[in-house]
Parts: sequence; C-alpha cells; structure tokens
Amino acid sequence: MLLIKNGYVVLKDGVDNLDILIDGKKIIRMEPHIEEESGYDVIDASSLAVIPGLVDMHCHLREPGLEYKEDIDSGTRAALQGGFTSVACMPNTKPVIDNASLVKYVTDRGVEVDNAKVYCIGAITKGQEGEELAEMASMKAAGAVAFSDDGRPVSNGNMMRLALEYADSFSALIISHCEDTALAADGVVNEGFNATVSGLKGISRAAEEVMVARDIILAETLGARIHIAHVSTRGSVELVREAKRRGVKVTCETCPHYFSATDDEILSYNTNAKINPPLRTESDVAAIIEGLKDGTIDAIATDHAPHHADEKNQEFYLAPNGTSGFETAFALSYTNLVLPDYMDLPALMRLMSANPARILNVGSGELAVGETADIAIVDLDNQYTVDASKFVSKGKNSLFNGWKLNGIIKHVIVDGIEKEIKI
Amino acid sequence: MLKRKDLLGLKDLAAEEIEEILARAAEMRKLLEKNVRKTEHLQGKSVVTLFYENSTRTRTSFEAAAKITGATTASISAQSSSVTKGETLIDTGRNLDALLTDVIIIRHSMSGAPHLLAKNVKASVINAGDGMNEHPTQALLDIFTMKNAFNSIKGLKVVIAGDIKYSRVARSNIWGLNKLGAEVTVVAPKTLLPQDIESMGCTVSCNIDKAIEGANVIMGLRIQLERQQSGLFPSVAEYHKYFGINDSRLSLADSNALVMHPGPVNRRVEMTSGVIDGDNSVILEQVTNGVAVRMAVLDILAGNRR
Repeated sequence: MLLIKNGYVVLKDGVDNLDILIDGKKIIRMEPHIEEESGYDVIDASSLAVIPGLVDMHCHLREPGLEYKEDIDSGTRAALQGGFTSVACMPNTKPVIDNASLVKYVTDRGVEVDNAKVYCIGAITKGQEGEELAEMASMKAAGAVAFSDDGRPVSNGNMMRLALEYADSFSALIISHCEDTALAADGVVNEGFNATVSGLKGISRAAEEVMVARDIILAETLGARIHIAHVSTRGSVELVREAKRRGVKVTCETCPHYFSATDDEILSYNTNAKINPPLRTESDVAAIIEGLKDGTIDAIATDHAPHHADEKNQEFYLAPNGTSGFETAFALSYTNLVLPDYMDLPALMRLMSANPARILNVGSGELAVGETADIAIVDLDNQYTVDASKFVSKGKNSLFNGWKLNGIIKHVIVDGIEKEIKI
Repeated sequence: MLKRKDLLGLKDLAAEEIEEILARAAEMRKLLEKNVRKTEHLQGKSVVTLFYENSTRTRTSFEAAAKITGATTASISAQSSSVTKGETLIDTGRNLDALLTDVIIIRHSMSGAPHLLAKNVKASVINAGDGMNEHPTQALLDIFTMKNAFNSIKGLKVVIAGDIKYSRVARSNIWGLNKLGAEVTVVAPKTLLPQDIESMGCTVSCNIDKAIEGANVIMGLRIQLERQQSGLFPSVAEYHKYFGINDSRLSLADSNALVMHPGPVNRRVEMTSGVIDGDNSVILEQVTNGVAVRMAVLDILAGNRR
C-alpha cells in the first residue's frame, strides 16, 4: 500500500485536499483523511500538488538507430523527471518504425527499462517516404497507438486520403505533420521581420496552414478521424476551430514552445530555437493560448527532440530541428498558462493528461478511485532556474536553459510504484 | 568600436562607432592618395581570410588592406582546405587560434556563421558577407563613398534597387544609413523583397521611376541570374524594362546623384552601360575606398588586441 498524504489533489473538475491510497496498480481510496497503517509506504505531499501523471502524445526517443541523441531508457527517465508517466514516441528512427516487429521492439524495450510507459506510433508510409502505405493494421495489433510520418509530411494528397481511409477501417488514428514542403522550401525560421533582419530564410505560415486545411477537408470528406500535430500558427487554430464547429473529427496538439516563446529567440542564431514548425510571433502565441482555453487545441505535447551537442553547435542552417522538451514541459505550461490565469490547474491537466490519453486510448489520465495510479507530485510554489546541463535526457539542447519557471516535479508514480528521479 | 573584438554587422553598431570607422578610413584614404603602400599599423599581426564562398573583389580588397598595413596574411578557401574533409567551422576556427591568428576574415553562405565563429575563437572576426544577413565592410565603403561626395549622410535620399530579398549588402546599408540619418528606399518586384523590410525603417517601392525622383544616391544590386530560373521574375529583359537603371531614369534623380554598385555588375540588367560608365558613376571609386575602409577596420580591431 502506498499512501500520499496532505496533498492538494487536482481532480477532473476541481481541486481538493485529499489523501490517496494506492493498492497495487490502482487508486483505491481518495478521502480528506486516511489513517496511516503499519506497512504503508507514505509520501508526505504537504504544500505540494498531486496531479495525474502527464501523458505525452508526441516525442522522439531516437531508438533504434540514433542512440547517440537519446535512447528509450534515457528518454523515459527524462520523461519521469518531467512528470510524464506515459509517452508516445514517433517513428522517425533509423530504420523507420514502419512494421510490426519494430513496434514490438520499441514497446518491449519500454517494458524492459520500466520507467515511463512507452507507446509506439508507427509510420503511415513505408520508410516515411510518402509512397506506399505501411502495414498499419499489423502495427496496431502489435501495439501501435497511432500512425504518423512525423518529421515529414505526406505530401501527396491522394496518399493521405488512402491512409485516412485505410486507418479508419481499423479505427486507427492518423497524426499529420502539416507542412507543404514546396512552400517551406529551404526556410529555417518563421517568415517575417526577424527572418529578414537575421538573414535566415523564412517559412511562411501558409506552409503549415494549407496542409492543415487539406487534411481537415480530407478527413471531413471521408468521415475519418485525424489529429494535427504541433499546431503553431493563428491560422491553423482558426482552421481547426471552424472544422470542429462543422463536426469534423479533428483533434490537435500544440507544444510548450509555441505558447512560451517567439521567433525573437532566433535573433542571436541560437540553434536551440531552430524548431519545425518554427517559433512564430506574439500574435500566434496569443491565438495558441486562446485555442488552448476554448478547447480548439486538445493537447499539449512536448515534441521532445533530443540532439547531440555537436549537432546543435554549428551553423544555424546545419543544425537539426527541435528542443529537448520533457524536463521543462510542465513547468513551462504551468508558468505560462496557469500563473497568468489563462486557465486553472484542472484545465491544464486535461490538456496534459486526460485529453492525450483519451485521443490515444491509453487510460483516463485522471485521478479517481479505481483508476491506474499514474501520478506526479509537484512543487508549484518555488521558482527554479532551468539548467539543461543537468538534464536526465541525453539531449541538453533546451531553448529554455536559464529560464526561471515554477513547477518542480518531486515524485512520480507509475502503476502504483514510485520511480526514482533526481531532486 | 573601441572595445569590440569583432565586426559582425552594422545592426549592432552605434552611429558613433560607424563615424569612428569612417574617420579612420579617411586617414587611410589620404595615405593611399599619397602613394603610401606600406604602413606599420598591423606590424606583427597575422590575418587570415577564410572564404567558404567565392569572391574576387572582397577577398583581394581585404588582402590588399592587410598587406598595406603590414600584417602577414594567409588565405583559406573551402575548396582547398580541411573543410572539404568535413572539419567543422568551430574546429577550423580553433586551429586558426592555435596558429596564433589575430584576425579572421570570414565569408560564408550561411547567415550567422561569423557569429558562431566569433563566439568560439579568441581571434577577432570580421564578417566579409554571411548569407543574406550582412556585409558590413561593403556598406561601410558605400557610406564612406557617399560621405566623401556629400560631406554628410543625414537627409540623403538613397535608392537601392535589385535583389533586396537575398542581399546582405542591402541589409547592411539599410542599418548603417538609417543610423546616420539617410532616407532609404528599396525598389524591387515583391518577389525580390523580404517580408516586413519596411520595419527596418526604409520605404518600399515597386515603381523605380517614382522612387528615383530627386534621389541623391542610386545603388544597383546584382541580380543573380539563377533567381530567374527559380521563378522570382519572368525574364532578365522584363526585369531590366521595369527595374533597370538607364539614362532616362537617371535623369529623374538629382543631377549630382551618385550611381553605385557593389559589383560584379550585369551590364544591361541592373544598369545600362551608359549609366555604369557615365559621369555620375562612382563604382570604381567604391573599390578603392574599400581598401581604405578595410585598412581602418583592421587597424581598429587589431588595436583593440594590443
């Protein structure tokens, strides 16, 4: 038995001071006062918040093939450090995860390392080449929770149409990386004033938005489900909002960097600010926050993209895209969404736990009696300074190094068992 | 300028720093006019040109400036160096440090590369052109040439016509000229204009006849012919017809207007031969002034290292 005492517990629709008793993998009691009995392990959560374990529906664990950037063990330990109890990893590894045996390899490795739970996202097309469908039904049977060519778009409209139809036959979810590569061309930052004055080639918002529009129209035409990955622009938010109003089966996610930072970060040629889709402007940040508030955006995902220091420590054009995300995601979200009062904690937890869990069908992401005991306990009151050199992830490439944030993860419980994290 | 290690762009310079370089360049120009070809300003200093992109004019100009001021010089090209063997920019820079280099002059096709180098080496770094970002010594020599003709930059009407979108020369000139109080207008079809450039503090026009009216300086920028192939304009002939500078357009400008071009010129594209070789043209004077300006920059940066 594990007893969490004196915590400020974040429930589905509110907060309450409750003790939580866990038996095996399950929460069995949640009451204002539960008496400690002999043989109980006790966590004192005084002045701490008890939240559902975070669920990340979009990350890169880099295994197999790119273990110099991250591997399933280091990545899921970093996830725990960030309060995540479940993560879904993208298939753009080497080789690409486009068949059942690789899906099985990744999920088995996840069980073996026994940190945060690992869910595998398979590729839509073989080798993510956008030319032939991958064996999605077999991958689903092997445990894949969704399908995506993330990192690359499915450029051919007919291929995306076929993917949506085929996936729908097996109730499988397609996650679309929306990017018109001809429009994006060789751009590396958001097109606009900051691109102009840094001499870095810009990527028009249209490169994202025309693909969001295409995929919404395809899903609507076919009556299929679609999930839009890493929404970054005002226009994309508006397209999804309008589609939801029409009843299209569309969901979408954004990432902490799209509401926490703007393309001002690229002015110093900081390669950790090189992300795809690129960091945008204040106006987009405001629209993303509005979308998170009104339910247009369903989930906050990390797009955790660990890279080796040597890869980021070179010319901006040569550096790979992405920021290490696990270990700052909650603190960025809490600091930039809850502290300024855009939303309350239960709303944030829906975005970071319940909604992604529901979209991927991997549990409830809620704290309630009878639910799986996937829990994080967090200090919301004390500000800390991000030190990326101390990250558990191999990827020290954080855009947020040196930022002052609130939201320090103190304990993480997966399936009723407390995991070790660095304090 | 007095305290700087590097010269990476005009964006970061204060007006006084630009004026200081121009004043030093004027001294250097006097020496050149007196036929001085050897000075001791950089005696005992080692200057390396590190060019990842082809260049004739800029490289020769820097080498002349370094040699005249007494530095020892070496030059590295991407084609003939360990760069082709996969050495990173930072490693190349650290090796140049280890070779006791005082000043590295870098040209690179990627914006921000000189900034990366500067952060990672002890040597002073001069940006000789990085991608579409900046070419500070080119703008300094342009501004120096304008100042020689008009004594002051304040209030000058400067028209820059051509490939603004991809031009580091345009960006450096806009930064520098704005700081010194000129009124800059950029002219090009919208496909050759970068987004929000007006927020840099210049006027944007697609009509060269209107833009050129009463101008004191008309600067043409090189049109890279491959831009046509990538669809940014339909043909060189149509570009020349609507944006090229010819005698009749020049007559709309102030009669003492300077015609400038950073070179190399495409005759009958950016400008007609009549304009290039005409009385208003200072295109070759720009080249000579380039040596004086680079002598000044080398002298100031090397001086900071003493």
